[in-house]
Amino acid sequence: MKHCLYCDQLYIDEVSWRFFLGLNEETTLCSICRGSLQEIHGEICHCCGRPLSLFPEKYRQDQLCYDCVRWEKEKNWQGLLTKNRSLYIYNDHLKEMIARIKYRGDAKLIEAFQLPLKKLFKKHFKDYTVVPIPLSEKRHYERGFNQAELLARLLDVPVMNALVRTIHEEKQSKKSRAERIAIKHPIFRMVEQQSVHSKNILLIDDVYTTGSTLRQAALALKKAGATTICSITLAR
Amino acid sequence: MRFVSYLDKGKVMVAPEGLVSIEKAKSPPVSFHLLPPFQPEPYNESFKPNPDLQQHLFGKLLLFDEIPFSLEDIHTHFLNGCVTYEKGIIENNGRYSCRRCGNCEKHLFASFACFRCKEEQCVYCRKCIMMGRISQCTPLVRWIGPSYSGGQKKSLLNWNGELSSAQREASRQLADRIGKRGEFLIWAVCGAGKTEVLFEAVEKSLCMGQRVCIATPRTDVVLELLPRLKAVFPQTKVIGLYGGSEERKEFGQLVISTTHQLLRYEQAFDFVVVDEVDAFPFSFDKSLQFAVQKAKKEEATLAYLTATPSTQMKKRMQKGELAFIKIPRRYHGFPLPVPKMKWCGNWQRKLNHKKLPEPIESWVKQQLEKRRQGFLFVPTIPILQTITEHLQTFDPQIEGVHAEDPERKEKVERFRKGVIPIIVTTTILERGVTVPFTDIAVLGAEDDVFTESALVQISGRAGRSKDDPNGEVIFYHYGKTNAMIQAIRHIESMNKEGFL
Ligand SMILES: [Zn+2]
Ligand SMILES: [Zn+2]
Ligand SMILES: [Zn+2]
Ligand SMILES: [Zn+2]
Repeated sequence: MKHCLYCDQLYIDEVSWRFFLGLNEETTLCSICRGSLQEIHGEICHCCGRPLSLFPEKYRQDQLCYDCVRWEKEKNWQGLLTKNRSLYIYNDHLKEMIARIKYRGDAKLIEAFQLPLKKLFKKHFKDYTVVPIPLSEKRHYERGFNQAELLARLLDVPVMNALVRTIHEEKQSKKSRAERIAIKHPIFRMVEQQSVHSKNILLIDDVYTTGSTLRQAALALKKAGATTICSITLAR
Repeated sequence: MRFVSYLDKGKVMVAPEGLVSIEKAKSPPVSFHLLPPFQPEPYNESFKPNPDLQQHLFGKLLLFDEIPFSLEDIHTHFLNGCVTYEKGIIENNGRYSCRRCGNCEKHLFASFACFRCKEEQCVYCRKCIMMGRISQCTPLVRWIGPSYSGGQKKSLLNWNGELSSAQREASRQLADRIGKRGEFLIWAVCGAGKTEVLFEAVEKSLCMGQRVCIATPRTDVVLELLPRLKAVFPQTKVIGLYGGSEERKEFGQLVISTTHQLLRYEQAFDFVVVDEVDAFPFSFDKSLQFAVQKAKKEEATLAYLTATPSTQMKKRMQKGELAFIKIPRRYHGFPLPVPKMKWCGNWQRKLNHKKLPEPIESWVKQQLEKRRQGFLFVPTIPILQTITEHLQTFDPQIEGVHAEDPERKEKVERFRKGVIPIIVTTTILERGVTVPFTDIAVLGAEDDVFTESALVQISGRAGRSKDDPNGEVIFYHYGKTNAMIQAIRHIESMNKEGFL
């Protein structure tokens, strides 16, 4: 018997059951909490990794979703973010879990995602250099940690804090799509001592919402000479 | 966050990092829990404390993040002996405990690399995380300056309802205890009209300038009591505390609070009523007990309102250590329905084979035919889901609801309106659910979750109306348990005493 990391209910982590699921390591969530997470699988957008089954045909073009088609039409953003892959659909259950981590400060809960995250990393991005999306100094102090950095650390590979956030999060989220697309004010700059030249970079963040945060980060990295830039997020 | 320590006239002083010049600080800034021991400052008589801060903080233990005043403001009050800083996470021989919620279970502590204190492992409490994180580097702030009284002595009771003779006696005995230290238990059967019993004592306490708290494990009890008490004590500042409540920052003379919200208080109340009549499935759990002990003043009057005293309490009552009074009779004077036990076979196996146990099937069909609404209690949420799916083939309006159900409110409303004929549930529903012509079935009454007190409370849901005192309660089981037998005895003896 062990306690579920999210709901704290006692549950049985049966070895045979784990074997059946193809997991040879221990689980951290009870079957109800695990079952409430919706893994992304099946046909997905080649660029942003969202499931295409949720979209009517007219909102996609070949293997790209409408959003990505629009991003790729913008000269400034074309080809910046090669591919994003996300673990789960951003449903109510995941929203609650992420809110408990970010807004209540329950850093431990992030460990619930370690196994699937490692798997995704090994499958697509094994040799990439891992760079978490940073928080602004103010937000980082309020929270006490950066959830993207915690996620990156779950991968058990070296983590490179290559970026600094220069614009506070609130200002960014209040912007319209048009404003976000305009490059005028970069949100990120490079940390001077860190070199990303000729490296393949994997950005890590908790949620892919509009894709503009990741693309802004990719922009700074590209200017500093990075080769390919991809990303992993928990939720899409 | 980080603090510095320094010597002032030979005394160890502390301050949040940045409020004292680097030259003055004795050592580099460290996490709060690594500071050397220090004493609070003596109260400075000539200092004028900020009354808003005083009102906000008095009788509470709060994080800096919960106090809407600047760090400088708060620290000025520290320097003048009006507040002190205390550890939120206490370490004792490698074991942690939480000063706010009393948690000392190892698996509910964790640590993280903390940007505030720069420690690789800043330990925090996961049990009370939903109230904002308490970690080793976040002190709790406590008011130690002059006390805040709310400045109110007059408090008129605006109520002219009538009490039954049993209620009247309980009310008088409780009121007699106001102003005296000690405990008193009111043993009130479900539907005994327990709230009215409190009015006289609450009024007396408020008139003495005391601060009163009614604590309950359940948010819906707070929501139900709040408007009633506001109406009954129109001149008193009555506030309700529950997750998401807006009144949290106000000073209340009469505070109605859930267990969780009470955890922010310390030595605040002169009269505390613990209402656990409808506490199932939680009963008087440890965290409520902890919260109450912490929130009351040492000299406080403490009253328990319960339908089912715990074994421990009963022992203390028998030994004469705990004074108590019973209010056995229900407000309409009818006895509680006595539950019947019915064999249900290995119902679990039936369910595993996707079959409904026959006794349950025929109970449901009967209810539907008789057009009587019914509660069907089951032990777990997975069973609830399976059963509900089955039953929906008889009538698609049948619904299942559990404590965490996001649609709980709407479903209860539909049940109350009679749209849902039968509701499958794992928990006692909102107290407002007094639907006449309601019967009760418990499936798997032998399960451990159905303790004596849980079964008594469940049975109290039937026949809650003058028009239908004959609600039926059936325990469907796969082997009688002590809890079932005790529950039936309990109800029989309550009924007997009610008619003496
Ligand atoms: Zn769980
Ligand atoms: Zn896409
Ligand atoms: Zn705690
Ligand atoms: Zn810390």
